[in-house]
Amino acid sequence: MTLSRRDFVVGASCGVGIVAFSALPAQASLLDETISKFTGGAEIIPGGIVLDTPEIAENGNTVPIDVSAPGAASIMLLAGGNPVPAVATFNFGPLSGSRSGNTRIRLIKTQEVMAIAKMDDGTFRSAQATVKVTIGGCGG
Amino acid sequence: MIPRRDFLQIAMATTALYGASSFGNWGRLAAQQAISQNTLLEFETFGNVSLIHVTDIHAQLKPIYFREPEINIGVGENKGQVPHITGADFRRLYGIEKNSWPSYALSYEDFASLAKGYGRIGGIDRVATVVKAMRADRPDALLLDGGDTWHGSYTCYHTQGQDMVNAMNALQPDAMTFHWEFTLGSERMNEIIDDLPFAALGQNIFDAEWNEPAEQFSPYKLFERGGVKIAVIGQAFPYMPIANPGWMFPEFSFGIREKRMQEMVDEVRSKGAELVVCLSHNGFDVDKQMASRVTGLDVILSGHTHDALPQPYIVNKTAIIASGSNGKFVSRVDLDVQNGQVLGLRHKLIPIFADVITPDADMSTLIEAERAPYINEMSEVIGETADTQTLYRRGNFNGTWDDLICDALISERDADIALSPGVRWGPSILPGQKITREDVWNVTSMTYPEAYRTEMTGEFLHFILEDVADNLFNPDPYYQQGGDMVRVGGLGYHIDVGKSQGDRITNMTMLKTNEKIDPTKTYIVAGWASVNEGTEGPPIWEVVENHIRKLGVISLPENTSVQIRSA
Repeated sequence: MTLSRRDFVVGASCGVGIVAFSALPAQASLLDETISKFTGGAEIIPGGIVLDTPEIAENGNTVPIDVSAPGAASIMLLAGGNPVPAVATFNFGPLSGSRSGNTRIRLIKTQEVMAIAKMDDGTFRSAQATVKVTIGGCGG
Repeated sequence: MIPRRDFLQIAMATTALYGASSFGNWGRLAAQQAISQNTLLEFETFGNVSLIHVTDIHAQLKPIYFREPEINIGVGENKGQVPHITGADFRRLYGIEKNSWPSYALSYEDFASLAKGYGRIGGIDRVATVVKAMRADRPDALLLDGGDTWHGSYTCYHTQGQDMVNAMNALQPDAMTFHWEFTLGSERMNEIIDDLPFAALGQNIFDAEWNEPAEQFSPYKLFERGGVKIAVIGQAFPYMPIANPGWMFPEFSFGIREKRMQEMVDEVRSKGAELVVCLSHNGFDVDKQMASRVTGLDVILSGHTHDALPQPYIVNKTAIIASGSNGKFVSRVDLDVQNGQVLGLRHKLIPIFADVITPDADMSTLIEAERAPYINEMSEVIGETADTQTLYRRGNFNGTWDDLICDALISERDADIALSPGVRWGPSILPGQKITREDVWNVTSMTYPEAYRTEMTGEFLHFILEDVADNLFNPDPYYQQGGDMVRVGGLGYHIDVGKSQGDRITNMTMLKTNEKIDPTKTYIVAGWASVNEGTEGPPIWEVVENHIRKLGVISLPENTSVQIRSA
């Protein structure tokens, strides 16, 4: 068997699984651009959002993400380490039962996942969490 | 804190005393006492509730030798903290005299010579005697199994875990949580769980497709014992599909799920639970962190990282109990619970000295019946160790068993470099001891044993070592997986555990030629226990057996291939 970087790789410890080995990092400018388009350059205050992510992705291709922000008009999810950082934007109206959403996202490598909420009063709040994408570790 | 004459035992009058640190001089007293079943079991029944904890037995039905680690490095806030204290430092911390039997049970020092004096340890028939004695004191004690029970031996593999299921069912636990059990495959797992005569728990076991709690497992079970409402919440190993092959149990998802743990604690409290116990397979550092962030857990019975601690470790108001592995120990925790408050706790970690504790006759019969169909193949002698050679596994970077396995991979699979998983199970072999097929299986048995042979670039090898190192030395315990570093053969490296991923591993060298590993060059690599489906190769136990047979007598050079910096 020969390995190429894009292949599955057999491996080391209790195993070494898939790797998105050489990820194309998102350009910082693209992330900043996406954020400022959403916020219009307004100040973002950390807090007010619950972002629920796994600490370590079981499968980087489909990582479950839960987000909720009471009082949010919309919530944008961003994966800054992906080539294209924008993942999803949830929009809510006065009749929305809850200001929360969940989805599954693909992460090319270990990175910070970020949620920015535009609140009903026009302010912006944020939360972030590190999701690790790994090839494997060892069970005790 | 009340010093007691008993071995490994503390008592507290109120929760306000949690964390007090006078351990008394029980260690020295223990050293002076003759070791007897009565000394080991002596326990003044306390309060109104008893918990009995066993964990990480890894299918060791029979007594074994098991050397505790010499190298166990903590990082971040856990640097220099238990359980990352070993040897003489460990003895000093707990007041244990050198060469005493607590020292033999809990430390690596002078292991081979003490093992010859104190003998084997463990054996489920001895465990049965201890559990029965505790139940005689407190008939409604809860027996809780932390998992990694149905994995790890020749008979367990050949019966797909049935030998352990039968033995444990006879022991009648009240609840269990899981890790390696899932590597039996979800079909077999479901089959066993369906018939399990006790609670199968895991608040973090989810249906992978819907990301909802898996219906085969309950998050918790409520018991009423001694007039006290007790909730036992299960926490399975969080990183199962990453550290083990997820394709064997694709229907399930895990994770720490701390938020749901808090929800479950709140839910059981609202249902009237006065004592909340977490039966955990998180690993010790993860449990410490969880205890600091989830409120309302009175006791965490900790498993996975195989630590054995003679005292509860207290985080805020949570007592964490670590009960070792491979059948070496049973923990008893007595609690005084009044009006929904834990007023006191008394704990004892009991080492199962096999020559001291009388085996339970019924359990001995059951064990021998499970072993009988395989006894001839299992007891075949493959080789022996030299007069100065101990084979053991535990240690962050290498163990002599793994040195031998890596040699076997390089030699039998004709490779430049070998990789062997940093698992923490597997008994030890003393100098001058015959090595049987059973012994080889005890350190290799698993359902994905294929010894692969493949090509990797130097750059990719570096990437693997960095990735696995971060799963062990990430300063945030929630990003740790609880195993040890992947073992390497034919390769040397330097590691600075305090650095971050990508910068820890330097000076990778081919030991044979003393040449630096070239990132662009391709190397032949042999290894085993890959998590990938479709991995090909002979089972690792065949590879190791062939190698031992050729050598006859095992004598390994000292392994200095990994240079550690932990400053």
